[in-house]
Amino acid sequence: MALNAEQAERLGQLLSTHSDRISQRWSEVAAAPLKGRLTVAEAARHTGELQAQLRSALLAGATGVDSVHSAELRALLTELSRSRARMGFTASETATSVFALKTALYEAADVEKGDDAALRDYVAWSALIDELGLFTFEAYSRAREEIITAQGEQLLELSTPVVKLWEGVVAVPLVGTLDSARAQVVMERLLEALVDTGSPYAIIDITGVPAVDTQVAQHVLKTVMAARLMGAECIISGIRPQIAQTIVTLGIEFGDIVTKASLADALRHAVQRRNADQRAVKREA
Amino acid sequence: MTTSEATDRQVQAISSDEDVVRVRQLVRTAAVAAKLSLVDQTKVVTAASELARNTLVYGGGGSAEVCRVLNGSRHGVRIVFTDSGPGIADVELALTDGYTSGTGMGLGLSGARRLVDEFHLDTAVGAGTTVAVVKWAR
Repeated sequence: MALNAEQAERLGQLLSTHSDRISQRWSEVAAAPLKGRLTVAEAARHTGELQAQLRSALLAGATGVDSVHSAELRALLTELSRSRARMGFTASETATSVFALKTALYEAADVEKGDDAALRDYVAWSALIDELGLFTFEAYSRAREEIITAQGEQLLELSTPVVKLWEGVVAVPLVGTLDSARAQVVMERLLEALVDTGSPYAIIDITGVPAVDTQVAQHVLKTVMAARLMGAECIISGIRPQIAQTIVTLGIEFGDIVTKASLADALRHAVQRRNADQRAVKREA
Repeated sequence: MTTSEATDRQVQAISSDEDVVRVRQLVRTAAVAAKLSLVDQTKVVTAASELARNTLVYGGGGSAEVCRVLNGSRHGVRIVFTDSGPGIADVELALTDGYTSGTGMGLGLSGARRLVDEFHLDTAVGAGTTVAVVKWAR
């Protein structure tokens, strides 16, 4: 607990009696380091809301950030940190908005006059404001982590396109590291594309995969097997000379799966097979 | 292990899939610096990938130490994987193609041994596993 009950009450009263003076000074000090990226009016609205919430928490009997009466204050601080994190402010800039209250209180409480009681109060209030600032800091970093996780997921979706190359031929160009999460996305996308386009041929291009180890091979083989179950034939392309030698030494066998050195070769193969299929259908008819 | 000078020693902890990628990148950089051919670079990177994943999956995490080695005028890359996991009970069986105690293809350990020039496996049940590999430039 940062303060005792009397100190909390005195702070609540100070916030009420000098309400306008404190809110004006607080917003001024808070807006200064943001260098115009947040208008004074917006900064004033944020600090105004915080001031109102802090006052009602204190007058309700809150003595610290963890108090039951501070629930709404915590929610407001979290919301503020989130919006600042999304707007690209740094953690320091966000916490400074809270710390700016210290300057406003110092002036409003006339600590300069030097009476001991006022000084003791001010030190205790400072500790409370530090708590609030740290809470903001933590909420900010949580918000940033959420943003990073969301971006990772977006990247996962972006980096696995399934493209239609020809009538009846779809391709998945794999780029980068093929971990289990991506392999799962690739498989789902490919199987969906096979159904949506009614394609009997799929090309999995691994030109952009830097290292083909047993895990990558296993993921690719499983994808091929799943596509086969759905009646589609898969061709693996983009096997460069060094990858081919490594696969052989490693002992991986692709069995009867058609593999080609380049995407062009794979497409030519798929189109020829498709034309042969169509001729066969015509002869039967 | 062959007596040789080691330079540019770098250690990477292995505790997640991302760390396996980092090990691969460290090894690739070292292999390029040691002037390995493209085929040998790919082989040693793939071997490192297998062994790093073994360290993570079967050893419960550990570390990889990557360094360049020089033996006379021959350059090479040495990687030492260390974990303090359960160890390997039957080394012969673990090095058999197609055998796995997990869900993989059973080619990682045996395949990695074929991909490198020197392979030293040191393990005991309950005492963890250390795998040291070297790939020399031709």
